[in-house]
Parts: sequence; C-alpha cells; structure tokens
Amino acid sequence: MILQKILESYPVSEDYLLEILIDVDKQKENHFISEEEITIISNHLGIKESHVCSVVSFYTLLSTTPRGKYIIQICKDVPCYLNDDFNVLKTVENELNIKVNDTTRNQKFTLEFTACIGCCDEAPAMRINDSTYTNLTREKVIKIINDYKEGKYD
Amino acid sequence: MVNLRINNIDITVKDNMTILEAARQHNINIPTLCHYPDLHINSDCRICVVEIEGYKGLKTSCSTPVSEGMNISTNTPKILNARKTITELILSNHDATCTSCVRNMRCELQELAKNLGIDINRFENVLVKKEIDNHNPALIRNANRCIKCGRCIDVCKEVQGMHVLEIIGRGHEMEIAPAFGKYLSDESCTFCGQCANVCPVGAIIEKDNTNTVWEKLYDPNYHVMVQVAPAVRVSIGEEIGLKTGLISNGKLVSAIKRLGFNNVYDTDFTADLTIMEEGTELINRIKTGGVLPLMTSCCPGWINLAEQEYPEILPHISSCKSPQQMFGTLAKTYFAEKENIDPKDIYVVSIMPCTAKKYEATRKELRIDNENPDVDIVLTTRELGKMFRQMGIDFDKIDEVEFDDPFGISTGAAVLFGATGGVTEAALRTVYEILNNKPLEDLEFKSVRGMQGIKEASVKLGDLEVRVAVSHSLANARVLIEDVIAGTSPYAFIEIMACPGGCIGGGGQPYGTTNDVRLKRIASIYEVDGNMVYRKSHDNPSIKKLYKDYLIEPNSTKAHHLLHTKYSMRSGKA
Repeated sequence: MILQKILESYPVSEDYLLEILIDVDKQKENHFISEEEITIISNHLGIKESHVCSVVSFYTLLSTTPRGKYIIQICKDVPCYLNDDFNVLKTVENELNIKVNDTTRNQKFTLEFTACIGCCDEAPAMRINDSTYTNLTREKVIKIINDYKEGKYD
Repeated sequence: MVNLRINNIDITVKDNMTILEAARQHNINIPTLCHYPDLHINSDCRICVVEIEGYKGLKTSCSTPVSEGMNISTNTPKILNARKTITELILSNHDATCTSCVRNMRCELQELAKNLGIDINRFENVLVKKEIDNHNPALIRNANRCIKCGRCIDVCKEVQGMHVLEIIGRGHEMEIAPAFGKYLSDESCTFCGQCANVCPVGAIIEKDNTNTVWEKLYDPNYHVMVQVAPAVRVSIGEEIGLKTGLISNGKLVSAIKRLGFNNVYDTDFTADLTIMEEGTELINRIKTGGVLPLMTSCCPGWINLAEQEYPEILPHISSCKSPQQMFGTLAKTYFAEKENIDPKDIYVVSIMPCTAKKYEATRKELRIDNENPDVDIVLTTRELGKMFRQMGIDFDKIDEVEFDDPFGISTGAAVLFGATGGVTEAALRTVYEILNNKPLEDLEFKSVRGMQGIKEASVKLGDLEVRVAVSHSLANARVLIEDVIAGTSPYAFIEIMACPGGCIGGGGQPYGTTNDVRLKRIASIYEVDGNMVYRKSHDNPSIKKLYKDYLIEPNSTKAHHLLHTKYSMRSGKA
C-alpha cells in the first residue's frame, strides 16, 4: 500500500505530519486525503484524528474531498485582490465553465481559492499544482488554461 | 517585585504576573471573554486589550507580562472602541436569539455586550446556520452560538487528554468541531461535559430533560421518585445565586419535594451500598489472587474512556454498577416489591453533577429484565436549578426537610463520593475494619484528599501493606491506566474520576467551576462528612437492613444479579 510506504519513509513523529499529508495528496491522481487515511495516519503517529483534520483543513493545498488532476488556486489575499483589474477568478470560471470549488466533469480541473502563495510582488497570482503563475493578465490566464486543456503539461 | 502604574494608580506586584492578573489583584477590572482560570492563555478574543505607554498598538493584558515602570491604561476611548468593535463582530456571526437560549442572563458574551453598552450593532448578521449536533443523550453542540474562544478545545485536550474538539478550517470559515466535522457521538467523546462547563455561551450544553420530568410529575400513572447525588448538595447553592460551596441538605430536599416528587431519596444511600459491594469485591480479589488493581466503576466518563480506548483494562474495573444505577435497580425491585407498585409505573429521576450520567442511564446493560431502565432520566445540577427557577422557589423561605426512608439514611463515607479521593477513603474505612477486625482509629485519609492530580496512600490490611491510588481528570487517569496495562502498577485499588476535583467539579455543575470553586466545594464535602452520625458505610443501619431483608450479603447471587454489570469494548462510538 502506498500510504504505508509513505509512513515508513518518515520517523514516527507528529513533526512529520505535514510532509506525510502532502505526499499522500501528491501521489493520488484526485489529490485528496480520505477519512480512512486520516485515521491510519493518526493511529500511526499516536495523535488524534481531530488534530490531523485540523491541519488538513488549515492548509489550502490539502483537501478531504476528491479533486481534479490539476488544482487551480487563485490567491484571494489583499495584494492579489487589489492588483486584479480583470477578475482572474471569472476568467478561469468562463474558460472551464465551472464555479469556484467545483471540478470539471472530466475530473481534469478543480478551481479553488488559496491563501497567500508568497507572490505578492508579482500580483495577481495563481497556482496550478506545483507551478505558480504571476503578473497575470486576462490573455495570460486564457493561454495557461488552454495549454493545460490541450495536455501540454500531462 | 515589579512597580507599575495602571490608570494612574501605582501598584507593586510579583514578577512574572500578567497585566490582567496584576490589575485584578488591585481590583481594577479588565473585561475578558476567552480567558478562563486554570486553562491556557490563548489571547484569541482580544477583548482584554490595554494601552501601554511607549508600546505601539493595543496589547492583550492576559498574555503580556508586567515589567518595571510600565504605565498602563485600561479604559481609553481607543480601547473601548476596539472592545466594542470586536464584540459587535462576534455578535454579527452569532445566533443571538438570547431569550431562547439556555444561557440567557447567564452568558458571558451577553454580559460583555451589556457592560460595553452595545445598544446597536453596526454590522449586519452574516451567520450561516449549521446543523445542531444533538445525536447523543448527554450533550448538544450548537455551532451557531460558538464564539471560537477555544476553551472547550483546551479543557478537552489538556485537562482531559481526549482531544475530541479542534479548530477546523481557517479565517472567517474557522469553526470548532470534532474530527471530520462529525457528531460528538462519532468520536471518542466520554460526555464528561467539561466543555459545556467552561463554554462562555450556549454553544455546548447538556441535553435538557426538564420538560420530560415536569410531564411525568403531573402524570398520575407514574410514581415519580428522585435521587440526589452527593456533589449536588454543595453546589446547588451557587446555581441559584447563593454562596459558593454552600451546604444545602434540608433545604435542597424541601425544594425538590415542592417540585412534586413522590419520594426524595439520597444517592448517598447507594454510595454506601457501593462500598459494601466494591469493598467485598476488593477483599475477595486480594484473598483469592484475583485481578488487581481493582479500579472503581462509579464514574461513567471513565467507563466510556476505558471501553473506547483501553479494552485491556476492563477486567480491572469493579463489576459494581454506579451508585446512580444501583439506586434505580433497588427502586424498581426492592422498593417496588415492598410498596407493591408495578416497576413499570415507577419513574426514577436522578439529579447528578454530571452529563455522562445521562448517557449511562441509557446503557442497554443497565436495565431491569433487559427492558425497564434502572434510571429513567438524569438532570444535571444546572437543570435542577432551572426547575427551581421555573417554580419560583426561594431557599430563604422554605423549611428544612429530611430525605425520605428507606433510601434516605446515609453516612459520611457516602458523601465523600462527591470529592476526588472520596470513594477510596470510604472504601478504606470499611475494608480496613472488616479485614483487620478492629475499629479504625483515624477515619480521615488526608493523603488522598485535595487537588493534586494523582494521589496515593498506603494502608495495612491484615498482613498486607496495600497501596492505593487516586486520579481525577482523564489526562491524569491515563497515567495510572497505562501503568496498569504495562503491568508496572504497584497498587491494589485505584479510584478514577473523569472530572477535575471529582464529581464536585463535574460537567453538569454550575457554570464558573474553577479550581478555586472546586476547593470550596471539596471543603464543604468534608464538613458534611464530619457532621454525620455514621461515617462508615458498613455502620449504615438501612444498609444492614437491606442486606438482612433482601440482598442477603454483599456479593451474594442476588446482589450480583441486581447490582453488578459488565463492560465491553466499543470502537470509540457511543
């Protein structure tokens, strides 16, 4: 089992909780951590499920519900909000024909907000899985989304 | 010592104090909301902010230590504005339907809003209503009233070591909930109710059963009787606005009679019976090489913990039902036969300091002939106070009345059950005299008294020097439990109570149960014990009669059938 391999790759200490959670999220095509996995992780580390849930729910990069292959996260913090003169969110929503927190029918994209991703100097910014995209314009957003749609990053 | 100035008053306080502590010591009031004595300082609510000369911005007085020469203001317009804004923002995301809330007029948020003079809230209410969790017999969690102060998390995690509740989510979507946002009954909640006791608002409350009791009291088909737990007599005073730790025996009985119960009995009676049964069980286990240490079984919060998390410990737990359940059983057997009443027509109400007792009373194992529950319904001390208020009972204007017979005569040993260490002390008073066959010279086992988390004593029983241990609060219990499982426990007898201070500090006790309050209630418990005619359970004449007439002898087949039970592993789901 992959989860077991991930758990074995770290010392048995709650200090490694976040690393474990990120690994679990990454190795799954639908990027989420199930209740069963949370239970197994908490038992393994000797901590309570409530604590694991608290950590998972704090970080916008983690989720307890299945998501698409690519997770598009629009920064909603202040600098990005102020510099966003064309509405990044709406642009992505129109391109994918979904609303925020939805997943496309082909399970390829999930659209979310995120807390600050540290790109305030190049706002507005968004992240798709591990890549950040900054100094966004409407044209840039449309091109990025289309590149993903066409499988340029598959 | 540190010299500082608060509101132009020069004061000198000890090093390492916080500004809040220093101010309170000198009778300067700084309002707080999330702060609670005995719990962590979270500085979550920011209500206690003050201005300090030379410091930028406002500082939380609860978490800022005093330093030499500080010049502090606690009530400037800037501070007042901040406090008002915070309170208005909390209220704008709060189900502020105060008149239909159990905490109406007893709510810390309401009190704060009143004192700050919030006449109009500048912010629109944006509360998105969430489902109320009332899926268990003991506690209701209403997230719509939660102000996210974090006290419940602290008490559950730090004091009880349970960690059922946590912060879930972030920012304005943050809430306090069990894992997966589920119900308390889906998690390993023991229903101890400490969260309900420390909650400043009505977000976690006990399941209110007062209406059911009123209905039964006026239903001519039922013979309705009530039992009152030891700890209630030293806390009901606070609940109705009287002195902390006030001892009310006669007035309490009198007031309960006025509510309309057919009989008012004392759980102390079955506490004495518990000592006879559990004491005999201990003696037998010592003599026959049975499973030791024997662990007490009175506390349903601890039983829940054991069944959910420590199945290996179950053989150590006394098979005795708790005093509450023994009472119910006797009411529906012994009393029913004596008075010639059909047990199905007897309705047994308990007044308990406890929310877990509500759950205990619903257990399938605790029924007469597998169907009629020993105890029909449980009210907390707070619910009893509610019934007194509904009835308009004034303690100053009623006479003192004695508990009814035959379950009214009890001993000082029994009342000790209300305080941590009490069951142990009561058991030792009896077991000592039985095994040593001579009177105990000093009745008071001082080493098992008080608020120290784990206490122990050593006593000579026959040829054996026996060690006993006492713990209160579930975090302390875990220490003793894990030693027993590891086989390193040196004790023959262990008393475990889930709540800090024992039952006097129970989850169903009046709001504002701090450790200072616990100490006062404990002192009152020992005062009651000291004033009793009988102070040893085996001296109780009604208990002797009960064995003679009905139960034959402690641990007899009949006693076993009626007064003992079994525990089983449960996978964390109540």
